[in-house]
Amino acid sequence: MSHATLTPKSRSSLRGATLPKWFLWAVAAGSIAAGLGISAAAGLNSSIQWALIAAVLFVLGTYAISARVEGGRQAKDRVATSMVWVAFIVAVIPLASLVWATVKRGVKVLDGYFLTHSMGVVADAEVGGGIYHAILGTLEQVGIATLISVPVGVLTAIYLVEYGSGKLSKAVTFFVDVMTGIPSIVAGLFILSTWILMLDMGPSGFAGSLALSILMIPVVVRSTEEMLKLVPNELREASLALGVPKWRTILKVVLPTSVGGITTGVMLAVARITGETAPVLLLVWGTDFINANPFQDPQESLPMYIYLQFANSGGYGAAYDRAWAAALTLIAFIMILNLAARGIARWKAPKTGR
Amino acid sequence: MDITTDPQKPAPAPVPHQPPGKDAKRAARGATRPGDRIFLGLSRGSGIFVLVIMAAIAAFLTYRASIAISKNEANFFTTLEWNPTGTPPEFGIAVLAFGTVVSSVIAMAVAVPIAVGIALFITHYAPRKLGGAIGYVIDLLAAVPSIVYGLWGALVLVPHMEGLFGWLDEYLGWTGVFEWNQGAPRSLFTVGILLAIMILPIITNVSREVFRQVPRMHEEAALALGATRWEVIRMSVLPFGRSGVISASMLGLGRALGETMAVAMVLSSSFEINLSLLDTGGGTFAQNIASKFNEATVMGRDALIASGLVLFVITLLVNGAARMIIGRRKEYSGANA
Amino acid sequence: MAKRIDVSGLNAYYSSFLAIEDISMTVEPRSVTAFIGPSGCGKSTFLRTLNRMHEVTPGGRVEGKVMLDDENLYGAGIDPVAVRREVGMVFQRPNPFPTMSVYDNVAAGLKLNGKFKKSELDDVVEKSLRGANLWNEVKDRLNKPGSGLSGGQQQRLCIARAIAVEPNVLLMDEPCSALDPISTLAIEDLIGELKERFTIVIVTHNMQQAARVSDRTAFFNLAAVGQPGKLIEIDETERIFSNPSVQATEDYISGRFG
Repeated sequence: MSHATLTPKSRSSLRGATLPKWFLWAVAAGSIAAGLGISAAAGLNSSIQWALIAAVLFVLGTYAISARVEGGRQAKDRVATSMVWVAFIVAVIPLASLVWATVKRGVKVLDGYFLTHSMGVVADAEVGGGIYHAILGTLEQVGIATLISVPVGVLTAIYLVEYGSGKLSKAVTFFVDVMTGIPSIVAGLFILSTWILMLDMGPSGFAGSLALSILMIPVVVRSTEEMLKLVPNELREASLALGVPKWRTILKVVLPTSVGGITTGVMLAVARITGETAPVLLLVWGTDFINANPFQDPQESLPMYIYLQFANSGGYGAAYDRAWAAALTLIAFIMILNLAARGIARWKAPKTGR
Repeated sequence: MDITTDPQKPAPAPVPHQPPGKDAKRAARGATRPGDRIFLGLSRGSGIFVLVIMAAIAAFLTYRASIAISKNEANFFTTLEWNPTGTPPEFGIAVLAFGTVVSSVIAMAVAVPIAVGIALFITHYAPRKLGGAIGYVIDLLAAVPSIVYGLWGALVLVPHMEGLFGWLDEYLGWTGVFEWNQGAPRSLFTVGILLAIMILPIITNVSREVFRQVPRMHEEAALALGATRWEVIRMSVLPFGRSGVISASMLGLGRALGETMAVAMVLSSSFEINLSLLDTGGGTFAQNIASKFNEATVMGRDALIASGLVLFVITLLVNGAARMIIGRRKEYSGANA
Repeated sequence: MAKRIDVSGLNAYYSSFLAIEDISMTVEPRSVTAFIGPSGCGKSTFLRTLNRMHEVTPGGRVEGKVMLDDENLYGAGIDPVAVRREVGMVFQRPNPFPTMSVYDNVAAGLKLNGKFKKSELDDVVEKSLRGANLWNEVKDRLNKPGSGLSGGQQQRLCIARAIAVEPNVLLMDEPCSALDPISTLAIEDLIGELKERFTIVIVTHNMQQAARVSDRTAFFNLAAVGQPGKLIEIDETERIFSNPSVQATEDYISGRFG
């Protein structure tokens, strides 16, 4: 055959020349050493630079050596592998740095006092103060937003899955999708233009909750919809065939079957809106004092607190420390919600699914 | 699954004591009992409520924006000024459009290839357990709020950018784009990098899901032909996942376009178009709203709402495009399942 | 071209589960060898050890020797990628690359192996499609997507794709199980033609098919679910179907179990 000679390797066509396993480590070590060396020689001081140099040297080095020893196809495969690894490491560094910085700087002032005091009598430059007022505000605003969003979201999802078929449900599906993409600042502007500019209300936690609801509803609809679709149709038909009215079928059969998944979705949605800052900035304004009434006067929230401490710090370390500590609290809260949500999802996973 | 796609409209069919089966279904659908009627009304009402909100957002933003624009003495799209409270009021979005586009383009250029790389790493390169663990961690990172990214960006990333900026200036400064006047590195370029880091988890997550769905048999077809791992990826994984990666990128782009706090915290803004991306200055739609909001009068707020309306329309287009690509992909993969 | 396969003492695992145990057999060149046996007996697993596809499944592991003429596929320094180029495979369900045209599907394997002139590629594609008895049906739509063909045509396209790289051995894993009787007949005829050039191993559920197409037949069985599959016997197909030496084989063939 004319092309039977496609594999012009050594003695046997099955036995490609293969580089030993340590080869990659050797090239990696060499590249890092060279990267450090070049940076030192050129007087570069940023870790980003030597890491970049090392990464480029690593990719080029693997290719050159592999192409010589193993041939072009293997070399390409090796380069792809090393690029994928480099991509992974390049991404891990900032993300790890983010987590590390937040934890390391956050634990500095994070203690019982910090969690139970407000900023009422503490100037920005001073040490002390805490996030009690911010936690209170966040809980109230997020709580109200959840109270609004969950019924609307779940009912909308029920409509889409259990009743919807015509143009209306298509339109709702599409706009729910679109709504997930609304920037939070736009949601804030909308409530600003209605609640505050048109109805002439002042800033309040409730105004923030309205904007947060706009962000939360589509997430709840989406996740609930997914969960309702997982409920096997046999269950519905079994109930209907017993003469149970549809609404009771939904309430007594469909919803209880999917309640774990819906809870998970709601918790993830809560986690998402808890970190929102922009609408709070426009509508709740933030304050240093404890305001337990979400319907009147500015309130604080955790993300808003981080922003204000950062923006008004005047470069003082004390304010930055508080910002990091609040950031750590916020992340911890969100992560706990996330982990709990996943735990519920695993625990309550529909056993009939497959 | 036919219950949901029953084409019949809810019609009043008052027959008591339905026999089980199709008729029972229709009766249940047909909202004859008060309970059914109320429940259908509530759930349909919620669906309509969602539509009303969307319409109201568009309507109110347009209304307030039109008030501002009618008083605007300058061209809203080309003016390089933001002075809505001056006499005469003059403001335009050119600077914001430039800053938003530039920072998002940088973010996409950096994030998409890296995200695809990580997604491939998780699905095809890493040992299975490690891949799963990394996927889980990246899932969690997607939930980190933007305010924390902003804090980290301003206090950790920015100081680290100086070396890189000096380097870019030295070797690429001649292009003009990478010229740097030694100011603090709180520029659109840094914003782009920070946005890239922020959207990385989202794009990675969606891409990973898509790559994981590549039918095993397509990969085995390539393997059985004697393809290396990279060739398998090129022949079967990437073609299958392409539209998914595109829509993932669009979702990431949507987030980058609308990102407010992180940009506001990192960017040292000024109302000008500066072609050297390493120097401070410029702004984005969302950042401008957040930073100018405090001192704005009613007219100032209306002007900001006008810029917010533009942002709204842009993100609608981007997200709509992403959804359409996803929708088409479903049909496509269904045909080959 | 065609090579002899000599397996000795082969075990295959999924993680810690031993799927097939201690298999030894010889597959003659330029002949068709059929693997039959009840579901779960490990015949497909065994097939996949012959081109090192088994280790692609997570946890997949192999012990023992598979000699392709005088080369052990599991020897030190053997490149599994090169092995798969020498030992082609056709799968249970037709799996043309969905984004590629008919032409590109056939040329896919060749393109991996280096640069070819367009005319060379054209020749190989035509020759392979003719070899797979598909040329007349697709010559007018070479640039249409391969996924647009019928199931039987897709499977022959996959065969064309496999033989385009001129492998020494062709493994077929129940190639007709997803096809209608007419397409099945076309593939069976094709197998008869291909054995002039290749060593063919085919896994099949269908005993009539084994009787029709194969020269030799191997019967696999397992003691119980959860036990490893074993090779019960391998012999001339005629003998296996008329006068097998093991009782279990006769029971299976006469339909008493399986």
